[in-house]
Amino acid sequence: MAMDSLSVLLLYPVNAYLEQELDRRFSLLRLWEHSPPDSLFRAHGSAIRAVVGYPGHKVDAALLDALPSLEIFSSFSVGIDHVDLSECRERGIRVTNTPDVLTDDVADLAVGLAIAALRKIRQADRYVCAGLWKAKGDYTLTTRFSGKRVGIIGLGRIGLTVATRVEAFDCPVNYYQRTKKEYPNYTYYPSVVELAANSDVLVVACPLNEQTRHIVNREVIDALGPKGVLINIGRGPHVDEPELVSALVEGRLGGAGLDVFEDEPNVPEALFTLDNVVLVPHVGSGTHETRQAMADLVLGNLEAHVLKKPLLTPVV
Amino acid sequence: MASAGCMPAILLCRRPEASFSAALRERFRVLDFLASGEPLPAFLAAAAAAPEPPRAAVVTGSSSVRVDAWFLDAAPSIRCVISTGAGVDHIDLAECARRGVAVGNSGDVYSTDVADYAVGLLLDVLRQVSAAGRYVRRRSWPVQGDYPLGSHFRSGAPPQLGGKRVGIIGLGNIGSRVAKRLEAFGCVIHYNSRKPKDSVPYKYFPNVHDLAAESDVLIVACALNKETRHIVNMNVLEALGKSGVIINIGRGSNIDEAELVVALKEGKIAGAGLDVFEHEPKVPAELFSMDNVVLSRHIAVFTEESRSDVHAHTIGNLEAFFSGQPLLSPVHADSLVK
Repeated sequence: MAMDSLSVLLLYPVNAYLEQELDRRFSLLRLWEHSPPDSLFRAHGSAIRAVVGYPGHKVDAALLDALPSLEIFSSFSVGIDHVDLSECRERGIRVTNTPDVLTDDVADLAVGLAIAALRKIRQADRYVCAGLWKAKGDYTLTTRFSGKRVGIIGLGRIGLTVATRVEAFDCPVNYYQRTKKEYPNYTYYPSVVELAANSDVLVVACPLNEQTRHIVNREVIDALGPKGVLINIGRGPHVDEPELVSALVEGRLGGAGLDVFEDEPNVPEALFTLDNVVLVPHVGSGTHETRQAMADLVLGNLEAHVLKKPLLTPVV
Repeated sequence: MASAGCMPAILLCRRPEASFSAALRERFRVLDFLASGEPLPAFLAAAAAAPEPPRAAVVTGSSSVRVDAWFLDAAPSIRCVISTGAGVDHIDLAECARRGVAVGNSGDVYSTDVADYAVGLLLDVLRQVSAAGRYVRRRSWPVQGDYPLGSHFRSGAPPQLGGKRVGIIGLGNIGSRVAKRLEAFGCVIHYNSRKPKDSVPYKYFPNVHDLAAESDVLIVACALNKETRHIVNMNVLEALGKSGVIINIGRGSNIDEAELVVALKEGKIAGAGLDVFEHEPKVPAELFSMDNVVLSRHIAVFTEESRSDVHAHTIGNLEAFFSGQPLLSPVHADSLVK
């Protein structure tokens, strides 16, 4: 079967290279070019055999009902909490993601957010750019990053990569996950609260599922405390966001570096004026090499599917 | 600890925190220049004329008090100068050496925080932490969609840090810590310093231009002296190239600032993270609106931890001097690296 006979629906223009290649290799439909979206489903729904999606665009029974010929869903992400996996399984729809290629980028960003939060880099930049630096010796003391106890929720690919980076800063590494493994240099804690109580920087690096939703709740935030810093490079729903906001506003939590939010692209505005909070708009995988590698995985998975070869990175 | 009657006298030429001041006064008779309210010549003359004139002076790292021939003539009893900073460009090392005046600095006390800050600046420039933060805070995310990644990078998105070649100018206490940290991110370390270091596995470049030509990131971590003034100029920046990023945690004058501004304006390099400038606190205004530039006000050393560390270290240097021991962190006249 020819590649270009595969009808692919792209839900969002997430990456120019990906879009260009999907167009070149397959028969591409772009969801955003149809208004309302229902008109696309009415006209082409039964022909679409593949969907390429992105976090924030739910793949649920409603979407699957509109695409009766769907064979494969390929996500431009490693997280697949936006996909109803059991629905896909039931309908025999394959699901792929983009693991490994973005691990380094996300880990790099986690460290960048932690240093930025503790050393208040953004504030320094803002101060200078506003022309406020009028005298030498004008400074405030921040807190050293090196040597801080780093607690990682989820020592998977990303968590382990964060661990090896912070070890170079002489940070003791603690962790929590469902099953304890043998890591001679890392200290296991049997609960997230105990992990938080024994860490200065808490990093969320686990997948999002029913068990990990709001895994960082008020109790954990209180345990992390007024000198603690929360770094979220997982998913917004990992953290009870209203609790996080009030803890930061009230000074019960020392600071935060956040790449993800419960209701992206909406970010609680109460955070905007806080000096101890670093905010970035879900850019964890945002480097050239990584985006290209993610796109290549999506394309490779679709091609393998057409050629009836084993999928490169199947989830279902 | 000496009793009040025979505590050695020291000149204090910086504003101390209360805890530091108290700790000094427990051990020394402190002649405090700033507290005296006198102009420096009168203050030094009074100190010199005292029955037990001070033999040691404590000065700040980026001091308005220059320890030069004039100062040493005005305070002939001084046999030891301790700077509470890492840099000693405000101290005439050759003049001190000629007179047999021992010079000490903060040694390794600040190195960790400065190295951390260099990595933080680099990650900010590469991953646009500050710029993307501004995008969020001006409410652009819901309105304009996903953040436009790194339009100022040639590839259209910022480069991955792993595998990048990092050229460190000055592989001293700070440079070596930066190297250790960035190796953990998968970077390849290159360096330039006065002489190659045998015990180090990194590739050595005898001049900064060649270092820049084979680096994706340049980190200035050297001291400021005659040889290193403007060691980074347009020539070096062009060798670093359009995808290159420069981080300065040394001294502003290590880089030709006017040429750096031109290089950034003309896209000759991709970005910069700068904690220091040639004429602090003046910063070239053209840099303020550049999203690929992260600016900071010479604060890489300032953490609570390094503050208490430097107090203890300074007292350690003074006690070593007064007991006839070698200083904890002596600075020699021919030193280049911090």
